[in-house]
Amino acid sequence: MRQAIALALADEMRRDSRVVVFGEDIAVAEGPFKTSEGLLAEFGANRVRDTPISEMGFIGAAVGAAATGLRPVAEIMFIEFLGVALDQLVTEASKFRYLSGGAYNVPLVVRASVGCGLGFGMQHSQTLETWFYATPGLKLVVPSGARTAYGLLRAAIQDEDPVVVLEPRVLYAEREEVIVGDAGIIPIGVGEILRPGSDVTVVALGQMVGHAIAAVNVANWSAEVIDLRTLIPWDRQMVCESVSRTGRLVIVEESPFSGGWGTEIASYVGTECFKDLKAPIHRITCPDVPVPYPAHLEQRFLPSVEYVRSQISAVVSNNASPKPWWVTEGYMS
Amino acid sequence: MVGDRRVYVMIETPLERRAALVDPVARLDRMLEIRAFEDRIKLLFSEGLVHGTTHTCQGQEAISIALAISIRPTDNVLCTYRSHGTALALGMTLDSVLGEIMGRTIGTIGGVGGSMHLSEASIGLMPTSAIVGAGIPIAAGAALSAQVLGEDRCAVAVFGDGASNIGAFHEGLNLASIWKLPVVFICENNTYGEYSRINLTTPVSDIAVRATSYAMPSAIVDGQSVDAVATAISEAVSRARSGGGPTLLECKTYRYSGHSRADAGLYRPAGELETWMKRDPIDLYEKQLIDSGLLTKRDTDAMRKAIGERIEDSVSRVMASPLATVASMFENVLGGLIK
Repeated sequence: MRQAIALALADEMRRDSRVVVFGEDIAVAEGPFKTSEGLLAEFGANRVRDTPISEMGFIGAAVGAAATGLRPVAEIMFIEFLGVALDQLVTEASKFRYLSGGAYNVPLVVRASVGCGLGFGMQHSQTLETWFYATPGLKLVVPSGARTAYGLLRAAIQDEDPVVVLEPRVLYAEREEVIVGDAGIIPIGVGEILRPGSDVTVVALGQMVGHAIAAVNVANWSAEVIDLRTLIPWDRQMVCESVSRTGRLVIVEESPFSGGWGTEIASYVGTECFKDLKAPIHRITCPDVPVPYPAHLEQRFLPSVEYVRSQISAVVSNNASPKPWWVTEGYMS
Repeated sequence: MVGDRRVYVMIETPLERRAALVDPVARLDRMLEIRAFEDRIKLLFSEGLVHGTTHTCQGQEAISIALAISIRPTDNVLCTYRSHGTALALGMTLDSVLGEIMGRTIGTIGGVGGSMHLSEASIGLMPTSAIVGAGIPIAAGAALSAQVLGEDRCAVAVFGDGASNIGAFHEGLNLASIWKLPVVFICENNTYGEYSRINLTTPVSDIAVRATSYAMPSAIVDGQSVDAVATAISEAVSRARSGGGPTLLECKTYRYSGHSRADAGLYRPAGELETWMKRDPIDLYEKQLIDSGLLTKRDTDAMRKAIGERIEDSVSRVMASPLATVASMFENVLGGLIK
């Protein structure tokens, strides 16, 4: 996936000389996750810049640059580092269009690596989608592999408004067939049915898309798996149409149970598709704890393929919402 | 020589109002206009005719005018919630500022922003922010785009002394310095950060010394003098345009009012306000123009009267303008339609 990201950046930089890339260690070192390989060599130091460790400064600068003629792509090494710069995104970038009656827009992309699975510990392993959720004026996309990473990033750079791209870090090393060129661009706001099915709709995002696909591939019921791809604005039409056919919805999240991104999906679908539902909407999430460091606990923290499969099975066979493992095992109520 | 200035100003666009400042008399006129405007705003609030809060700038007019005459309309200005003066000085019309403050369709963004959120792209005023210090790195970014695109443009951030304690100030200055960005940081040191005197919150009395940490040229300027501030900004701007990088200017001034409309400023030491008012920036500039023979006291009295009428006319037009529409609430959230 890292090559797909570097290629998307390069393709956009070739297409549009206003596209610039900056972040910590992204130029000379070509990115801590090698997602900017070759960019400095091809586009030079004017357009590819290393920044100080200064997220508030360089995200703010990206906002100002975007409002005055550039199309910056700023890289946040770990999503947690955006915490110190959230003002610039949530309170400045997302408001500039509104604050200027449309005179200034902010075609800014903020990329950040997210998620657990690599043993980085609790301050480098969160996904934090919901930091952006209740902020009108922002868009948020999450790739689930190399193909969507390429297509969504190109669409994000071409967008006229600020777009946050949350890249599951564990997928950087994964390989997948990628459609390159303009044909590979994936429109923002459109989900993808990865596998059609009739008994249950499974909605997933990012790293959990692969788990969902693996979980339903060996099952004896038929699941329709949707990769949401865009969380803001999410594809309500696709999800609701699917749920109206299957009558069941399971959401698979790499986020805490309380306030995870699926709460919004569940709330909306529960209201809009109430009469179509045969079973309660079920969310498969992580427990409400920080991400533990050791590999065995990190694996436990994240919904595994087997766990996702058993939870979906329970929903389909009983038309009831099974308790999460930390409840059945007595760790939390 | 003043003539019927009232009519002449009313029909102007922001760009024309900006261009008018080439005339020193127009500069005095604009300073008087800002002062009278802010006084009128206070009154409108106390009459219960305006909703929410406001932050006025009486006493700081010289800096706003100096800025307006030292940069181009194509330069980018980032400013704070205390920006009525800067906005009017840069050229925004009375109707568009007052209309915004009063939530009317005639306001610069149709009334959905309010007192703290002014902007006017035609004169380079980017959206003013209600977040202390937020505009500082954004100004660095506006300068970055000029540098990358090879445009002969610079950016300016205007902020208070309180902002020099926030991270955005330090990160913005650091970034501007390492990249030699064409940006001027203008600190209006008005002695108070919200309700707190500078000595209680800031270990240095001169904000300008903070530039040393960023290997950046700086200057302490008499913020009550239009000419002193204009000279300093002009030098900084030519340094910026010629590739010399950023400058930090500290303009020593004083905020006559409290922090916001809710604040009477009772925490100020006795006599401090009066001491500053003896060096009122408008009085100083008025005296300068009278001494140089450009105006007489009779002229300036007539100007004050005309400005008062001009503002009342604007109040009437704004009050007659419809309240911000419900539809406007849904516009300009994103480029496309909200779905």
